[in-house]
Amino acid sequence: MAKAKNIAEFIIERDEKKCIKCQACVRVCSNDVHNYDEETEEILSDNIKCVGCHFCEDICPTGALTIRRNLSETKENAHWTRDYIYKVVKQASTGGILLTGMGNDRPYKNYFEHIVLNAAQVTNPSIDPLREPMELKTFIGRKPDRIIYDKTRGKYILKERVTNLLELELPVMFSAMSFGSISLNACKSLAKAASASGVYWNTGEGGLHKDLYPYADRAIVQIASGRFGVNVEYLEKAAAVEIKIGQGAKPGIGGHLPGEKVSEEISLTRMIPEGSDAISPAPHHDIYSIEDLRQLIFAIKEATSYRKPVGVKIAAVHNVAPIASGIVRAGADFITIDGIRGGTGAAPVAIRDNVGIPIEIAVAVVDQRLREEGIRNQASIIAAGGFRTSADIVKAIALGADAVYIGTAALIALGCHVCQKCYTGKCNWGIATQDPYLTRRLNPEIGAKRLSNLLRAWALEIKEMLGGMGINAIESLRGNREQLRAVGLNEVELNLLGIKHAGEAW
Amino acid sequence: MKPRRILIKEEYCIGCRLCEVYCITQHSPSKDIIRTYKGSEVRPVSGIYFEEKGSVSFAIQCRHCDEAPCIENCLTGAMYRDEKTGRVLHNRDKCVGCWMCVMSCPLGVIKIDYEKKKVVSKCDLCIDREFPACVEHCPNEAILLVDEKGERVEKKSG
Amino acid sequence: MEYDQLRKLEKNAHIPSGCGISGIVNRKGNLFSGEKIITSICLMTERGNGLGAGYAGYGIYPEFKESWCFHIMYDDIRVKETVEAFLENRFDIVNEEPIPVKNVKTLKYIPLLHRYFVDIKNGRKEDLYSQQEYILSTVMNINKNFDGACVFSSGKNMGIFKGVGNPEEIGEFYKIYDYKGYIWTAHNRFPTNTVGWWGGAHPFGILDWSVVHNGEISSYGINRRYLENAGYYCTLFTDTEVITYLFDLLNRKHKLDFEVIGDILAAPFWDSIDIEQDMENKDFWKTLRIIYSSALVNGPFAIIVANSNTIIGLNDRLKLRPLVSAEKGDFVYLASEESAIRCICRNPERVWMPDAGEPVIVNVKRDRKGKDG
Repeated sequence: MAKAKNIAEFIIERDEKKCIKCQACVRVCSNDVHNYDEETEEILSDNIKCVGCHFCEDICPTGALTIRRNLSETKENAHWTRDYIYKVVKQASTGGILLTGMGNDRPYKNYFEHIVLNAAQVTNPSIDPLREPMELKTFIGRKPDRIIYDKTRGKYILKERVTNLLELELPVMFSAMSFGSISLNACKSLAKAASASGVYWNTGEGGLHKDLYPYADRAIVQIASGRFGVNVEYLEKAAAVEIKIGQGAKPGIGGHLPGEKVSEEISLTRMIPEGSDAISPAPHHDIYSIEDLRQLIFAIKEATSYRKPVGVKIAAVHNVAPIASGIVRAGADFITIDGIRGGTGAAPVAIRDNVGIPIEIAVAVVDQRLREEGIRNQASIIAAGGFRTSADIVKAIALGADAVYIGTAALIALGCHVCQKCYTGKCNWGIATQDPYLTRRLNPEIGAKRLSNLLRAWALEIKEMLGGMGINAIESLRGNREQLRAVGLNEVELNLLGIKHAGEAW
Repeated sequence: MKPRRILIKEEYCIGCRLCEVYCITQHSPSKDIIRTYKGSEVRPVSGIYFEEKGSVSFAIQCRHCDEAPCIENCLTGAMYRDEKTGRVLHNRDKCVGCWMCVMSCPLGVIKIDYEKKKVVSKCDLCIDREFPACVEHCPNEAILLVDEKGERVEKKSG
Repeated sequence: MEYDQLRKLEKNAHIPSGCGISGIVNRKGNLFSGEKIITSICLMTERGNGLGAGYAGYGIYPEFKESWCFHIMYDDIRVKETVEAFLENRFDIVNEEPIPVKNVKTLKYIPLLHRYFVDIKNGRKEDLYSQQEYILSTVMNINKNFDGACVFSSGKNMGIFKGVGNPEEIGEFYKIYDYKGYIWTAHNRFPTNTVGWWGGAHPFGILDWSVVHNGEISSYGINRRYLENAGYYCTLFTDTEVITYLFDLLNRKHKLDFEVIGDILAAPFWDSIDIEQDMENKDFWKTLRIIYSSALVNGPFAIIVANSNTIIGLNDRLKLRPLVSAEKGDFVYLASEESAIRCICRNPERVWMPDAGEPVIVNVKRDRKGKDG
């Protein structure tokens, strides 16, 4: 057949008994799925256009809509699943790279689900976080190995102060999402929530919009291969600087914000002409080696008078531990490692689903490597890529991370239903879009509140888990792999993670 | 006293027009959304106006003006100010359908009931309930309730 | 279980235990018999279950006080020979003899117990730090690489005596009452496993440090990795070992005062740092917590740590295990229970409960030689 039709991924069920024909669904869908026929006074829905974002389902005042997956099955085949068949169909039609958004959705082994936590019983008491102090305060940045002080008349006076640290009220931050990849309202939501919750947000490679200046003291600003929006003010306003080498969703791949999304505001913020494509090259063309990276790190430190931590973000790849060690030795104050499940606004499916290694293992080997080399104090480790619950965070910290970045989880708090269509720019939730009809759907007041709620809820859960272990400060969990046990992992995995199997005592 | 008022945040109006749906439902006999729309009862007219141009949209309703032209110009005293709440309200029994209020309203938020030749619909800030229906149901908090000082009043949860 | 199995279990597993601890010091450094400490620790029978006890005494070897003293236990004569060959290579052996013991019929699995007084070959006596590093590496080497040998004491003019048994049996076995010291500490163990290996009993010591400890450390995993980063290899997998190395690292290498070490191991809560009015104190505590976050000892503990000049009592930051102190004249007492103090000092001048995380630090100011008391 010369022309193959795409199959509908979803089926829209409309309960006619409940539908009051208010047409809210018609008005809100950015994919023009729903249409009102004036003559028949009926609403017709075109399944094939539906991306499964569930916005209409949410907005429907009577609950008349249900979005279901289309179960139309191809012949059962464990190898040629429906997904793979239709990918081929699509590419045979378009001749192009398949694009997608969000993180890897393939069923790779999820190590978080093979790790269980400890609790205190008898020989030490568990601690009730409602009645006893439970500390989550975390510092990100370079720390000296020892304290130097003078003792005068019974009082200890510091001789060398520790500066340039980020102080977090809980070890969770919002990962890099640029203004451009997401809407300004989404950026505002993240920035407000980070400020209110005592954590940090990250500008991504999108520059710092003037509206976000009030939250700049809680911003980690990114310098990526396109250098968009980088100027002295950008560096001076920020709390910290992150050099982005790679990201988990597309290691080794650059970025491309199409010209049609480069509005006036984005053009001003990124310092590029309105309507021009914003292309981030795959590598930094001034960093072809570790010594080049060192130069950039120190150029930034010079530019900011050594007053801000400068970190480096890399994707978790095969050689992650030696690379991380090199980065620390090159002068980075923190290192961000983004695992294979890290999200993105747009990436080729083939890259997103096949390149990189899981964050659990990456964190474990990097922490171990830095300790073996005696340089763990010199840089903090921030883990990113697929953190879904407070328990994932607790496990990552016990494996050795200082803090984690959340991206997808934050967007879900803002409404995202992980439909993976970010790259279309038609995000109905007003997140991954610059369309003025759509961006207004994300009210940053609501967004910030919901994000703060999420952080608060996770902080409470982390405290409960810590208390259960008989620990009352997060630093006693960090790298404390004795609090972890594996269920169903093999010896190689256990060694890499540095944990014992369930059933093994201390 | 000054009444609570509705504050419109047009930058967050998503144009779903659910405020109208809920206004109508609230002022219907059954106050049930499906009965209001699909049942046999007479569906009231919305007290909220929806305006839209390009990507900008908002919903507007009676501002309950401190100096209300509709009250001044009412021949029969059907349009009056409720002393207790400060709201501008309408007494259907006194209304003769001269529509002076409609003509004098600077915002055009009073509607005509053509069938009964009376003024039927204007926002009463949901007289039967603590919290106006449009405010409560706006999915994006583009319609807010503010108190006499202009500070936001939030519905107590639970 | 067979002895060999028990030993493996003890050496390779982290065994939580509850315990009784006691310590006595004479501030002037006057020597007194070990009898007192036996009386004190033996009073707290309920705090042990007969599976481990031990004593540490300082000032007990005045005749060899300039030599390093190793107490080594051997599983058999073969390993003894190999270790002795190794020692002879590294040291001038001033004196060596079996540790004198008394036959106590109730004790099981008694290993070969031997002590050596040694000088470092061509050792530059003025450089104490390199001597200490040398001793440390020797002890680590033997404990790690010589299967069946365990160095359980390696200081100068001090010694640790321990074994599997109750404190009466162990005290009698080593004839602790025959020694005279100016600091004594003791331990009565309540392990939650069956134990048979004598090396697992406490006090634990390295150089002239000795630690007796009651508690379980939930931060063990990170404390151990922190120490490995600093070059300490934990061979025994006990909380006590971790605490000992932390003291060695923080005091001997980082040169921190004991008060400061107390603020690291049992760090003040952020709540109290936040309300501190004195900015210098506030900065100091904050910096301390930032730099030494991995050395925070989390979980319930009460410890008595000693070296040749000091004895320190310390509780965890919530005081989840008991510790009482008392003083009378030149004597200061520390123990899990007040009764264990009153049974040797009926009317102390002062008895107090140290607050959570507040160290009791007693420095010994020895007269030139110290008098026998």
